[in-house]
Amino acid sequence: MSVRAPAIAPVRLRRGSRHGWFVAVVSVAVLAIIPVALVAVSALTPTLEVWAQLWAGPLPGMLGSTLALMVAVAAGTLVLGAGLAWLVSVYRFPGSAAFGWLLVLPLAMPAYVLGFVFLALLDAPGPVQSGLRALMGPEVWFPDVRSIPGAAVVLSLSLYPYVYLLGRSAIREQAPATFEAARTLGAGRVRAGVRVALPLARPSLAAGLALVLMETLTDFATVSYFNVQTVSVGIYQVWKGQFDREAATELASLVLVFALLVIAGERMLRGRARYHQKGGTGHGLRPVPLSGVRAAAATGTCAAVLAAAFGLPVAQLLWWFGADVLSGAAGLLDPRYAGYLLNSITVAAVVAVSCVAIALVVTHGTRTAGGRLTAAAAQLTTVGYAIPGVVVAIGVLLTFAYLDTGLEALGVPGGTGLLATGSVVGIIYAYIVRFLALGYHTVDASFAKVNPAMTASALCLGAAPMRVMRRVHLPLVRTGMATAMVLVAIDALKELPIVLLLRPFGFDTLSVWTYELASESRWESAALPALTIVAVAVIPVLLLVGRRPQSLEGAR
Amino acid sequence: MNPNHDPTLVIEKVRKKFGRVPAVDELSLEVGDGEVLALVGPSGCGKSTLLRLVAGLEQPDGGAIHLAGERIAGDGVWCPPERRNVGMVFQDHALFPHLTVAGNIAFGLNGWSGKRRRDRVDAGLEMIAMQGMGERYPHELSGGEQQRVALARALASEPDLVLLDEPFSNLDRHLRAQVRADTVAILRKTGTTAVFVTHDQTEALAIGDRVAVMRAGCVEQLGDPASVFHAPANRFVATFMGEADFLPAELVSGGLVTELGPVSAPAGLDATGELEVMVRPHEVTLTPSDDGTARVVDTEFQGGFVLHTVTLASGRRLRSLQPHTACYPIGTRLRAVLAHGHAPAVLNGDEAGTSATGQQA
Repeated sequence: MSVRAPAIAPVRLRRGSRHGWFVAVVSVAVLAIIPVALVAVSALTPTLEVWAQLWAGPLPGMLGSTLALMVAVAAGTLVLGAGLAWLVSVYRFPGSAAFGWLLVLPLAMPAYVLGFVFLALLDAPGPVQSGLRALMGPEVWFPDVRSIPGAAVVLSLSLYPYVYLLGRSAIREQAPATFEAARTLGAGRVRAGVRVALPLARPSLAAGLALVLMETLTDFATVSYFNVQTVSVGIYQVWKGQFDREAATELASLVLVFALLVIAGERMLRGRARYHQKGGTGHGLRPVPLSGVRAAAATGTCAAVLAAAFGLPVAQLLWWFGADVLSGAAGLLDPRYAGYLLNSITVAAVVAVSCVAIALVVTHGTRTAGGRLTAAAAQLTTVGYAIPGVVVAIGVLLTFAYLDTGLEALGVPGGTGLLATGSVVGIIYAYIVRFLALGYHTVDASFAKVNPAMTASALCLGAAPMRVMRRVHLPLVRTGMATAMVLVAIDALKELPIVLLLRPFGFDTLSVWTYELASESRWESAALPALTIVAVAVIPVLLLVGRRPQSLEGAR
Repeated sequence: MNPNHDPTLVIEKVRKKFGRVPAVDELSLEVGDGEVLALVGPSGCGKSTLLRLVAGLEQPDGGAIHLAGERIAGDGVWCPPERRNVGMVFQDHALFPHLTVAGNIAFGLNGWSGKRRRDRVDAGLEMIAMQGMGERYPHELSGGEQQRVALARALASEPDLVLLDEPFSNLDRHLRAQVRADTVAILRKTGTTAVFVTHDQTEALAIGDRVAVMRAGCVEQLGDPASVFHAPANRFVATFMGEADFLPAELVSGGLVTELGPVSAPAGLDATGELEVMVRPHEVTLTPSDDGTARVVDTEFQGGFVLHTVTLASGRRLRSLQPHTACYPIGTRLRAVLAHGHAPAVLNGDEAGTSATGQQA
C-alpha cells in the first residue's frame, strides 16, 4: 500500500536546499530559549550556601505566602469564573446576554491598578473605614486589608476572566449534546450539570486556572501593595535592593519549579480523556428563563462582580483624575506624562514590530524549509509564554552576565556594561521572549488559511522563497500581522514585573509610573496613567468579543 | 510511441517514502517532447507524489530525474522548484487571490521587460479566450475560468514541462468535458509536453497520447490508450480501466473455447495455466430466445444504454451493455454471444497470458 501525499501537506523540502531558512528558525528558537534555559540550569545546580542563607532568612515565609496566595486565588477565580460562566450560559435573566461579554472586561484592568484602587477605598484611612468609624465609633472592627486575603480578592477579581472565558466556551460548545443526552436519560438539570457538563469543562477550567496561577506567580507589584511576601517579591527585593544576582537566580528557579508544577497539574487534571466533541455545537444549551427573586439575584450577582472588578475602579479613577485636573495640580499638564507615554509606546512598538517580523520569518521558514526539526524549533520559540515574566527577566539578566564575562575574556573591559545598570535592550529582549508566542500564534493562524498549493505554485512559477514571502505570503497574512502587532503592543504596554526588574535607573514607563505613584499612596496622580493603560487594554478585549471566546491569548 | 529525439522528462528508479510507506517505488518513466502523458490510478497509488517529485515539491529518497537533458534531482543534485522551469496546475487552481487575472499570469514572468510582459499576458488571455478580463480578481471568475487562468499562468513562461494535478476534479460534471477539451486543445496547439494526473480512467483514455496506470507506487502498464484498454497487462489494469468480466477458456487447436463459444486466440499466447478471457460489457450481444441458456437477473438504466447482468448456464455472471431500445426485463431467457471484433485479452492467472501486450514497466 502506498500513500498519496495529502493535498494539504505543507511544501516539504529537506534541509540543505533551504538551509538559510532552517538556520533562521533555529536561531530564533535558541535566542528564545537561552534565558529560560539558564534559569533551569541554575535550578538543577543549586548553590548550597545561597540556599542556606535564604532558608535561614525570609524563604520559609515566602514559600508559605506564595502557596497560600496561589490556593486562595485558584479558589477565588474558580468560584467566580466557573460560577459566572454557568450562570450566563445555562440561565436567562435580565441582562444575561450583555453580561456574557461584559464580564470579560476585567481582563483590561491590570491587578496592579485594581489593587491600589481597592487599598485607597478600603484601607484604614479610606472612605469606607472612615465612614464606618464615624457611624459606629473608633473601635469598629474591620478586617486587615493589607493581607493575603486582601491580595487574593484583588487578584481573583482581576484574573477570573481566564477561567470564565474557557469555562463558558466549554459549556457552550462542548457540553450541549452530552448534556441533552444526560437529560433524556433521566438526569435532572443540576445532576446533569454536575455529572456531565462540569467534568466535560474540567480541562478548560484547568487551562484557565493554569493561566491564572502563572499570572499570580509573576505578580509582585500588586502583592507588595498588600505587604505579602511571595517568592517573586523576594526576587525583586534581592535584585533591586541588594543586587544579589545569585540569590535572585535561585529564587527565580524556584518560581520556575512552581510554574512547572502548575503545568504538570494542568496536564494531570486534563487526564487521559479526550474531551473534544463533534456535533455538540448544533443546538447549544437552551437557557432556562429565571424570574422573580432568582432573576434579580442572578442579575445582581453579575452586576456586583462587574462593578467591583471594573465599573467602580474605573469610576473612582475618573473621579480622582477629574479632581486632580480641577485642582490644577498636575494631571494632563504634567510634562512627565508625555515622556513616560512616549517611553511606553516606543518600547511597545519596537517589541510589536520585532515579534511580528520574527513570527513571519518563523512561519514562512517553517513552510519553506519543512521537516520535523524546523517544526520542532518553531514550537520552541513559543516557550517564553508559559514561563512567568520574572523568570524570563532573571534569565535575561543571566544572559547578559554571561555575555559580559565572555566579552571581558575577549578583552573588552566591562563587557556590554548592560548588566549592572539595567537596559532597555534587556527589557525588549525579555518582552520578545515573553510575547513571541502571541505574535507567532496569531500570524500562524493567518498562514493556516493560505493554501499550501498557493506556495507551491508560486515556487513552480520561478519565485524564490524570499519573493514568495514578499509577493504571496505577506499580502495574504497582512491582517493577521496587524492584529498580532496590536495585541503584542498592548501586552507590552501594560506589562509591569519585567520592566520593574530590568529597567535602567530613570527609565519610566506608564506602568512603572502608575506603580510608583500608587506605592506612595498618591492615588490622584496615579489615576491618569492607570486610566490610559485600562483604555488601551480594553481594545483586545473588544477584539476578543467579536471572535471565538477560546482565543484567550488576545486578552493577555 | 518512441520519440525520435531525446525525451523531455526522464525518471530513473525514483523512490520516495513517507514514514515507512513507499509512495513511489523504483519508478522509471520517459515522456517525449510534445507528448501528453496521462497518469492514472486509484487514490493512494503515488501518482500525485510522482508529480510533486518532478515539480521539486518533494525530494526523492533515491533515483534521478532529468528534464530537458539536465539532471534536476538525484546523485547529490537538487534543483529547487523555482529553478526547474516546470509549470504546474493544481486541483484547486491555487490562483493568488490578491492579484488580478493579469497579475496571476504575469507572476512567473519576473524579470521580463514591461512591454514583453504585457504582450505575453495578452497572448495568454487570448489563448484562453478571456481577452478583456485581465483586471478581474479570481473570486469574480467561474470555476472553469479559474482553471483556464491557472493553465495560462503555468504556460506563460513557456516551461519545458507542464504538470496537471487532477485539474478538472473540482469542476461541475457538465463543465468538465468542455474545459477538458479546451485544455487539451491548448496543450496540443502550443506543443507543450505535459503530465496529467487523474483518477478517472475515461479522462485518462480521452486525453493521453499514452497512459501510465499506477498502483502502489509502481507503473503497472504504460501504453497508448487503446492497448491499455483492450490489452491490459494484468487483472488490476483490466478492471481499473473499465468494467470487465472474465470467462474461463481452453486452448483447442489454436483457438480459444469459452462457455459462450470460440473466440480467436491472440498472438503469442502462453497456453500453460488457467486461462481467462476478458469481456467488457459492450462486447456481449444479447438475443432473446426461449432456448437461450442465459437469464437476465438485473438491469441498470444508464440513460442512453441499459446495463444488463445475466447468469450463464454455469451460474457465472456477465454484464452486457445494450442500447436503450433493447431493455429486457428480469427473468428473460436469452442467448449471449461474445462480439469482441478483435482478439480478446487473455489472462493467465492475474497476469496477461500473452507476452506482447503493451510495454510493461
